[in-house]
Amino acid sequence: MKLDKISQNLLEKIAKIHEIPNGAVSFRRNGKGEIVRSTPSIEIVRKEDGSGINIFVHSSCKNESCHIPVVVSEEDFFDLVYNDFYIEDGASVTIVAGCGVHSNGSGGHDGIHTFHIGKNAVVNYIENHIAIGNGSHKVLNPTTNITIGENSVMNMETNQLGGVDYSNRITKATLKENATINITEKILTNKFNVAKTDFKVHLIGKNSKCNIVSRSVARDESEQVFKSTIIGKNECFGHVECDGIVLDRAQISSVPRVDAKSNLASLSHEAAIGKIASEQIIKLMTLGLSEKEAENKIIECFLK
Amino acid sequence: MIELNNITYIVEDKGNKKVILDNISIKFEDNCVTAITGQNGSGKSTLTKIIIGIIRPTSGQILYNGTDITNYSIDERVKLGINYAFQQPITFKGLTIKELIDIATKQENSIPKACEYLSRVGICAKDYINRDFDKTLSGGEQKRVELALALAQNGNTVIFDEPEAGIDIWSFDRLNKIFEKNKSYIVVSHQTKFLSSADKIVVMQNGKIVQYDDAKTVLKNLKHTTCKKVEE
Repeated sequence: MKLDKISQNLLEKIAKIHEIPNGAVSFRRNGKGEIVRSTPSIEIVRKEDGSGINIFVHSSCKNESCHIPVVVSEEDFFDLVYNDFYIEDGASVTIVAGCGVHSNGSGGHDGIHTFHIGKNAVVNYIENHIAIGNGSHKVLNPTTNITIGENSVMNMETNQLGGVDYSNRITKATLKENATINITEKILTNKFNVAKTDFKVHLIGKNSKCNIVSRSVARDESEQVFKSTIIGKNECFGHVECDGIVLDRAQISSVPRVDAKSNLASLSHEAAIGKIASEQIIKLMTLGLSEKEAENKIIECFLK
Repeated sequence: MIELNNITYIVEDKGNKKVILDNISIKFEDNCVTAITGQNGSGKSTLTKIIIGIIRPTSGQILYNGTDITNYSIDERVKLGINYAFQQPITFKGLTIKELIDIATKQENSIPKACEYLSRVGICAKDYINRDFDKTLSGGEQKRVELALALAQNGNTVIFDEPEAGIDIWSFDRLNKIFEKNKSYIVVSHQTKFLSSADKIVVMQNGKIVQYDDAKTVLKNLKHTTCKKVEE
């Protein structure tokens, strides 16, 4: 399939690919599922009502990848998609999702993803979001609902790479016995961007574990609100950590919360928000970088 | 050669002016290890920070090889060949030791090459090279990396602010040994062991230089410093 330059550019940014890759793929552009390809281990099926796809990752899937990028390049087009993931017991898969919006007016994408993860499975889920173009109303609202079965692990990496005027990221997870979720979030906002994040994790299983790390940089007049709640209902471990760098006239609010519903729950949180420490800039200047180069290097590495 | 002419540095503290450096003039000789010593608060670290440009003097002039660098930025001074290692290393989230070495050397180094710089200060490099330079490293580890970065920059003049602070004697010995003959080193130190190995010693007190001479001469008559005997 021949891709236009805008789609190529967005795919490169959200999935580090220039063309539709081999293997299991679903490529959705401007509300239409243009490519759906399955493999013996990863079955992708269009929903009958056209609202999205069902992805069945079979137990036979071992370390396979699945790409499901979305591109919105039509002006004033807002896409809404429901994707459901069924991960069978023992499967091991990497899913690269994400959405790129190109608009000189308005445009957006609401992606509602629901994960049903069985037992003893490993899911690496990478979700990248970016918007480009001169429009001032480029919107991305990803919602992720996750149920993780016994002894399974989900590593979720969510990145908002810039240019998104408004985003509201909602993630809810429920973990059963010995299940683990590791969430890493990185957000860069500038201009007048607004980015909201809301994580809520229920640790209901014995020895379930959750670790949330959020790193964000807010520049110009942008605003970020980070909320996270870990609820421990059993012998479990949960930690949430939010680090933010605020530059210019930007604002970041961080609201980490831990609720222990069991005296065996071990939950903690930490949040640190501030400007770039001047001594860090000075240190990099003593290594030969200019002040601006030092600032950019610190931000680049902070969000790496 | 670094030459300071009539350097004065005054800070305001609750409306009161405090003289940190008082009209200091000195020439640091080339190809020479010059130790700066003196009591806490005598102005040693401030003096070195003025040389690298972290602190701007209230008045006075700084010359480097005849060029007036008083108004040069830190990075401009680094580009001329002046390097600096902090007493308290500055840590970063997300920046690896390898990345810092690449910045210091202005090139992307192979892993073995980057490891060489760490090995010079006694670090088992492969264990560290891809670690973030953050608070998960011990104080001694941070300090050694700090020293390695200053050495990796390969400038003609290297300033160390209390290099022995926070590191073990083995590393301290090694630092003495890796000084190169055709370079200049300015080292703030309290250690008699280090002072005795220097070529020249500057003794500071209350923001002034009270002695500046060959190390042997100064050590014979050392009155003002709080030198600590290094335990062997």
